[in-house]
Amino acid sequence: MNEATSHAGSVSVQHAHDVTGMPTKVHAREVTVHYGEKQALFGVSMDIPANSVTAFIGPSGCGKSTFLRCINRMNDTIDICSVGGRITIDEQDIYDPSLDVVQLRARVGMVFQKPNPFPKSIYDNIAYGPRIHGLVRSKSDLDGIVESSLKRAGLWKEVSDRLSEPATGMSGGQQQRLCIARAIAVSPEIILMDEPCSALDPISTAHIEELIDELRENFTIIIVTHNLQQAARVSQMTGFFHLGKLIEYADTGDVFQNPQHSMTEDYITGRFG
Amino acid sequence: MAPTQHTVRSYDTELEQIDRHILAMGGLVEAQLRGAMEALVEGDREMAQRVIESDTRIDEHEREVDELVTRVIALRQPMAEDLRRVKTGLKVAANLERMGDLAANIAKRSLVIDTPHQVPQREALRRLGNAVYGMTTDVLNAYRDGDAALAQRVWRQDESIDEMYNAIFLAILADMIADPRVISPGTHIHFVAKNIERIGDHATNIAEMVTYMILGSLPERERPKGSSVQGAEEQS
Repeated sequence: MNEATSHAGSVSVQHAHDVTGMPTKVHAREVTVHYGEKQALFGVSMDIPANSVTAFIGPSGCGKSTFLRCINRMNDTIDICSVGGRITIDEQDIYDPSLDVVQLRARVGMVFQKPNPFPKSIYDNIAYGPRIHGLVRSKSDLDGIVESSLKRAGLWKEVSDRLSEPATGMSGGQQQRLCIARAIAVSPEIILMDEPCSALDPISTAHIEELIDELRENFTIIIVTHNLQQAARVSQMTGFFHLGKLIEYADTGDVFQNPQHSMTEDYITGRFG
Repeated sequence: MAPTQHTVRSYDTELEQIDRHILAMGGLVEAQLRGAMEALVEGDREMAQRVIESDTRIDEHEREVDELVTRVIALRQPMAEDLRRVKTGLKVAANLERMGDLAANIAKRSLVIDTPHQVPQREALRRLGNAVYGMTTDVLNAYRDGDAALAQRVWRQDESIDEMYNAIFLAILADMIADPRVISPGTHIHFVAKNIERIGDHATNIAEMVTYMILGSLPERERPKGSSVQGAEEQS
């Protein structure tokens, strides 16, 4: 048993830095989450490396999405939710009361399970973030951001001649890439993805996975997925959650070839429960 | 050997099928090795013929394992222990197939030697054959029972096999120098000894894979090699 899983079964600290060679971007220690009386997360500790893809896997209700949503304080929007422990991004405590949550969410973008474009034009979907965050001074600045964001999301060639058309007319896969383009338009440091491909067909999924692989050059990506093969394909680090605890967190190759914890083994080989 | 069953039970059935073919192959290889040694040491020509003809049955099982493993990889995307298990199955089958070939080659050479009772180093060959037969049986049991400790014992045994082979090589050489009439049977017997030693190497390979399958890592230290003799160095 390695140190990742030895600590009372509830804490997993591994030096992700040693595996990926990247500095730590997100540092979480003893993170707990309660929804009213019900505890959803029990002392999760992990170091998430920069410019890497980290995947969270685990059965429904294991706490992986809950933990993901702690990283941009999405859980703040739920009244009965309380978060304990400590999370820092580049050594800055993101639960510091003086921190501006709107600014935090510009640094930590999010892409959801179901593509959720605004009922506006393709152009306006991308332009929305830079406008509200005051990132642009001129129309040509904005045009530049729209174009570069769509290019980085691999969508430019498909939509460059119909930017004024409604985004809702695009295919599901295109809509999801639009949402990724919208997330990167505000130049975040981290992109959280909660089941980004679960509503997409295999071809669109492959496009998104290719995109994720390209994006990690510039962003830190954390992805929640039920598709184990997807976690294996796109991530460098994998964390396995079960009943609100981080059971194992290690190099993705190790997790899928030789997991150290029997619960991880049972889950990824399809022997669970 | 899996600790618990898969939620999808037909997956278990497929993995068990692979195991069954490998164990059947293993049983055939054991019989082939025993038969080949008997043919050689006792001069049983009928047995030699049977061993030569039976080799195709081993090949058929290997093809089955190949197809089943490819199918499981394509349709089930095995991971972790399952992945190690099918990968090991494929490699074990390939090693067993080679062991069968080498046993058949021993049987063929036994037919060439006219006077089996004058086989040079007959007793030493018998001992080498028995030792390698024991390794083969043990490593197949280790595979069947998921017994990593037994697999590692087999793995360590390779050293003494190498030493026995080297001793036989030197003895045959001495026999040939002393009596040129021994050169012809002696050359065949040297190949036989080398074949048996190679079968032991394949058993050692299987022991390594079985260890990997169970523990997720290869045996810890560099495998010790038997002291080599000039002109008879380990070739693999």
